[in-house]
Amino acid sequence: MTGNDLPALNIADLQSLLRRREVSPRELISALRGRIEAIDPDVGAYLSLDFDTASKEAEHANVDLPLGGIPIAIKDIINVSGQPCTCASTILNGYRAPYDATVIQKLRTAGAIPFGKTNLDEFAMGSSTENSALKSTRNPWDLSRVPGGSSGGSAAAVAADEAFGALGSDTGGSIRQPAALCGVVGLKPTYGRVSRFGLVAFASSLDQIGPVTKTVRDAALIMNAIAGHDPQDSTALSAPVPDYMASLRNDLRGVRLGLPKEYMIDGIDPQVRAAIDAAVKQLNSLGAEIIEVSLPSTEYAVAVYYIIATAEASANLARFDGVRYGYRAENPKDVLDLYGRTREQGFGPEVKRRIILGTYVLSSGYYDAYYLRAQKVRELIRRDFAGVFEKVDALISPTSPVAAFKFGERAADPLQMYLADIFTIAANLAGICGISIPCGFAELDGHRLPIGLQLLGKTLDEARILQIAHAYEQSTDWHKARPPIRVAPAKSIGKSRQPPERPV
Amino acid sequence: MAGTSNLDVGYVARLARINLTEDEAKIFQKQLGDVLNYVEKLGRVDVAGIEAAAHALPVFNVFREDAPRDWFTAELALSNAPRQTNGLFIVPKVVE
Repeated sequence: MTGNDLPALNIADLQSLLRRREVSPRELISALRGRIEAIDPDVGAYLSLDFDTASKEAEHANVDLPLGGIPIAIKDIINVSGQPCTCASTILNGYRAPYDATVIQKLRTAGAIPFGKTNLDEFAMGSSTENSALKSTRNPWDLSRVPGGSSGGSAAAVAADEAFGALGSDTGGSIRQPAALCGVVGLKPTYGRVSRFGLVAFASSLDQIGPVTKTVRDAALIMNAIAGHDPQDSTALSAPVPDYMASLRNDLRGVRLGLPKEYMIDGIDPQVRAAIDAAVKQLNSLGAEIIEVSLPSTEYAVAVYYIIATAEASANLARFDGVRYGYRAENPKDVLDLYGRTREQGFGPEVKRRIILGTYVLSSGYYDAYYLRAQKVRELIRRDFAGVFEKVDALISPTSPVAAFKFGERAADPLQMYLADIFTIAANLAGICGISIPCGFAELDGHRLPIGLQLLGKTLDEARILQIAHAYEQSTDWHKARPPIRVAPAKSIGKSRQPPERPV
Repeated sequence: MAGTSNLDVGYVARLARINLTEDEAKIFQKQLGDVLNYVEKLGRVDVAGIEAAAHALPVFNVFREDAPRDWFTAELALSNAPRQTNGLFIVPKVVE
């Protein structure tokens, strides 16, 4: 095993190498560094890297801990002490996190080493990472396409072997959709399963942190480390955390899977539909019973989401005012001028749009018509899921109706971008857990583009969807496919890879 | 539901303390108008007797021990401030 082979490995394989002392944590960091330096000029997954600190931590890593010596990439919206936390926004220019998020403390306790911060749509608002104010991230399977979003940097890094595993955050699909578009595994835990303390808040009733990994087993490993109660987050659930590794089995006898008929819409790309149909057959052949179910409120999910998420965002992002941290407009003539110009210059267009929409739906005279009504329809969506989970153990759908799209293809029309989240959004509204795993490829313009299968599970039933996902994964080879990315000759970097225009 | 013609982007942006250029205001007016037209569909849902869901899971009255613990020093809390002096944040004059 040489340093060049190490980045392609998954966490479980690395653990055995580390524990047999065949490789050291420092060698892992150094192998990853080599890979990132060679590949990331093309992919653009990272916003910041700190190999010096990571190497020092690797020196005294205890490889017998659950994630001992394993470097983990962190979405740049989660605070890691001493590191930048930009949220891919100009408004957090220069900010250094004064503390660790609870998930980072938990990762460290499990022996993992945070070493780099990954790109995202500004404040996690977007589905393509095109809304990053700082850089473009490209899909490792086709560099002319987006990696999905908002955790596009985390998904691209794991797909391109620039990370063994990563943390993302998911407010309406932001872990699962980029995982699908990049061909990796992404888990959104039940709302409250993982502490949000230290995650910069976008929509507090929807946000959840979760793992992005190469295999389902690795997702279970990270969940074992990060799940659980936290006195610092009053919404973090106190329910005991099961051993997610123990649930991984290879057969699905007795498992009932629901196919929501409302999810079989016309907008699904035929190649995506074919892959999902084949996956359903495969799950059936592993012993699962397939049952058609109905979620009648599905057509309202996107509308409910864009009222509730923007309303919460408008309140959460009020803290960015040029006083306590980050960017501040020059020479304000009074305090309103300071706020108005700091936020004009510091926020990008999508963030401004969402704050304005959220302010509107909460404003006097419109609150009942928009926000209150959306919350009531949210309750109907939650009841839909509670009802079907009495009949089935999990639900199956595509993660995204389409494979990775081209830069700019959807950016000009915010509504079209929002509709890309149609299969993922309801899980956040209902608070349930969901996972995306690779289930095939679409062929587009001579490129193979990954397709994701989504499994949705009931509240706190992560162990069950991990079990189903693992059984499916182990019976297929999709997760073994690697993107055709090559180390580019230096002269082509920067020439053919100019950042696409940022949408307005 | 409220008609979308009621959205005045310039007015709401002022409430949100975001200055907009005229061009931005014009683009946002159209784009957010489209989004508001789309969410009009919620007006068709029968929500009589449905209680609003503020959170997906029923969690109430979460307490933690009211005990002192180590946290940021004032210096650390101020370390990211664009302007500060003598342990205080500096803002423009608020009261005449």
